[in-house]
Amino acid sequence: MRIVVQEAPFDFGAEAQAFASGHTDMGAIVTFTGVVRDIAGDRLERMVIEHYPGMTQKALEGIAEEALSRWNLGDVLVIHRYGDLRPGDMIMMVATAAPHRKDAFEAAEYLMDYLKSRAPFWKQEFTSDGGQWVASKDEDEDALGRW
Amino acid sequence: MAITVLYFAWVRERIGLPRETVETEATSVAELVAELRAREERYAVAFTDISALRVALDQELSDFDAGLEGVREVAFFPPMTGG
Repeated sequence: MRIVVQEAPFDFGAEAQAFASGHTDMGAIVTFTGVVRDIAGDRLERMVIEHYPGMTQKALEGIAEEALSRWNLGDVLVIHRYGDLRPGDMIMMVATAAPHRKDAFEAAEYLMDYLKSRAPFWKQEFTSDGGQWVASKDEDEDALGRW
Repeated sequence: MAITVLYFAWVRERIGLPRETVETEATSVAELVAELRAREERYAVAFTDISALRVALDQELSDFDAGLEGVREVAFFPPMTGG
């Protein structure tokens, strides 16, 4: 398990390659990457992600530990950035390795659902009109119910 | 007792600071919120609707009914938007 919280960009290709290498018993690797998306009709200049330094690493570790206990997984990787980002920048990635794809896919979805509403990050979007905090969505909270 | 209180995102903006030390005898999060609300308008505004807020005690998610015994750090913030 590897959990990284950092301000700097990460190299998705290198991270995915490193994660996928070195296993001989994992038949499935799933990766997901979240990217800063422009707001329709209202040009996004930048996104600033705030986090709770003391809590973030622990919260992500707790979520990853739970995934490892629920599914038959060989490994989990979570990288999440904070600070100043631009449209098209990668915000975060998760990767799961499992003997079979069902575990790898489900665990990756679980990680994403919990990262969205249980990891202490807050996004603020800046357009020419100024900054706006991104509101959480009911559907994100509801998504936890299926687990 | 002295508790470190942290604020994030728009809660931080409304109150106007990221952290402070609060001297309090509150026994629960709800009591602490009532004390903070009574302080000044900016606190009252930030804590208008606690259903729109989340709380963490010593860096673990908790709730507003929770007790504060032994707690050293309380954080208030809006629902998280990670991922």
